[in-house]
Amino acid sequence: MKTFCLEVTGDFACFTRPEMKVERVSYDVMTPSAARAVFEAILWKPAIRWQVTKIEVLKPIKWITLRRNEVGAVISSRNVQTTMNSGSGDLGLYIEDERQQRAGLFLRDVAYRIHAGFELCDAAKHKSNFPHLSKHRINDTDEQRAADEANSPAKFLNMFERRASKGQCVNQPYLGCREFAANFRLVKDVATEPAPIAATLDLGWMLHDMDYSNLATPSPRFFRAELKNGVLDLSNVEVRG
Amino acid sequence: MTLTNRYDFVLLFDVKDGNPNGDPDAGNLPRVDAETGRGLVTDVCLKRKVRNFVGLVKGEQPPFEIYVKEKAVLNNQNKRAYVGIGKSELLEGDDKKRKGGDAVDEARQWMCRNFYDVRAFGAVMSLGINCGQVRGPIQLTFARSVDPVVALEHSITRMAVATEAEAEKQGGDNRTMGRKFTVPYGLYAAHGFVSSFLAKQTGFDENDLELLWQALAQMFEHDRSAARGEMTTRGLYVFKHDSELGNAPAHKLFELIQAKKNSDEPARDFADYTISVKEADIPAGVSLQRKVG
Repeated sequence: MKTFCLEVTGDFACFTRPEMKVERVSYDVMTPSAARAVFEAILWKPAIRWQVTKIEVLKPIKWITLRRNEVGAVISSRNVQTTMNSGSGDLGLYIEDERQQRAGLFLRDVAYRIHAGFELCDAAKHKSNFPHLSKHRINDTDEQRAADEANSPAKFLNMFERRASKGQCVNQPYLGCREFAANFRLVKDVATEPAPIAATLDLGWMLHDMDYSNLATPSPRFFRAELKNGVLDLSNVEVRG
Repeated sequence: MTLTNRYDFVLLFDVKDGNPNGDPDAGNLPRVDAETGRGLVTDVCLKRKVRNFVGLVKGEQPPFEIYVKEKAVLNNQNKRAYVGIGKSELLEGDDKKRKGGDAVDEARQWMCRNFYDVRAFGAVMSLGINCGQVRGPIQLTFARSVDPVVALEHSITRMAVATEAEAEKQGGDNRTMGRKFTVPYGLYAAHGFVSSFLAKQTGFDENDLELLWQALAQMFEHDRSAARGEMTTRGLYVFKHDSELGNAPAHKLFELIQAKKNSDEPARDFADYTISVKEADIPAGVSLQRKVG
């Protein structure tokens, strides 16, 4: 599997720990799933699945805490349905009634080098893995197979290289939350780049990625994260649900 | 008119003797990044102003309804009639029923159609399934001040009391003290992005985009209050890419716009800053639209 390397930097980041979602607390370093999303923001097709192999931490881990007014409600589909059917109604949500002040413990001034490659997969099955990215799927299996045949790895390799080196993206990649936009740069030769920070930490159990095989209940998968000299190696980690 | 370009923009705004965004953790002091001393304004604060502006201009009517409202935005008509939509155009080419997905899908489309803020910023709908989310095309970052800001604290008096008991305690003096925080001057910069791919999913079109630029340029004019002081949009620089994927990295474009203080004195006015826009260095395939400044 050929891997690409992207350098991503940003002023702030929040890779939220799933056990602390209300008052967000970030993991110390970028999660594999956040890194995957960065690659997907540049290139993603139903036929490919990105796999993050390595995350290098380039700047010391620093924190900032911030409290914001957030809304503690979601749109109720039922209300929407009722209003849709009747053609009139009041759907507004008044923030004063639904306000929640939530603090967040975010990372600040971050920089990572993330390495990932993709493998081809059966696009028909793939949609169930990433429902947030795709809405289109060919229902006819023969047609789907024909479409899959056009998916050669070389094509996607070149596409990604072209896009990443020009700074092109489908949406601006972000560091955990969309308000923390990431600058990205394709690293052509890792050998000439500065070394990661000299930190060795046991980060404990960390989110690896979500498993979307059952759409109704996407389940998180975790792995034992160990930062060795600033490098989080993901190539041979055991992932558990 | 669907969007066919990527946009990256820089929003410059300033505050004079006001509190642009209070920090609930610090008793409503202006938000300051403790390590650098630079002021912060959160993304949600700016989005709120965009919502309020659109609500004012479009009178809270579909298709420019605002979903997340403040009560302060006077709303004299609670029930609104929505334009019914034919289901036929929604479900093109997808005749396979998804488990529970269809109802959510349709409701989501309908929300996008009627609500500007759902179209622009996205929203989360209940019903658990992962499809109940709309990712909006507009992505805004925190605004940071160009230079460190100082927060001033002012004690103020009120020549009245709230309760009888207080009046008696003061022997009829009837005075209460209050507090107010301001930033004497701060110039802030926020970055934003518009993804045409996500715009297609929510139906955010050219008209909506024009309205967004208008909102960013004029939102402070309609957000006056005792706390805010004088806030003004000083610059809105929109980089329009020729293509959907874009022709240059966003951070390279943002670096072309620099705000520099003219002297070492503390800045107290926008005239104390010089904004340089390196138009000559704009890469091919990107054009700069100077909406403000």
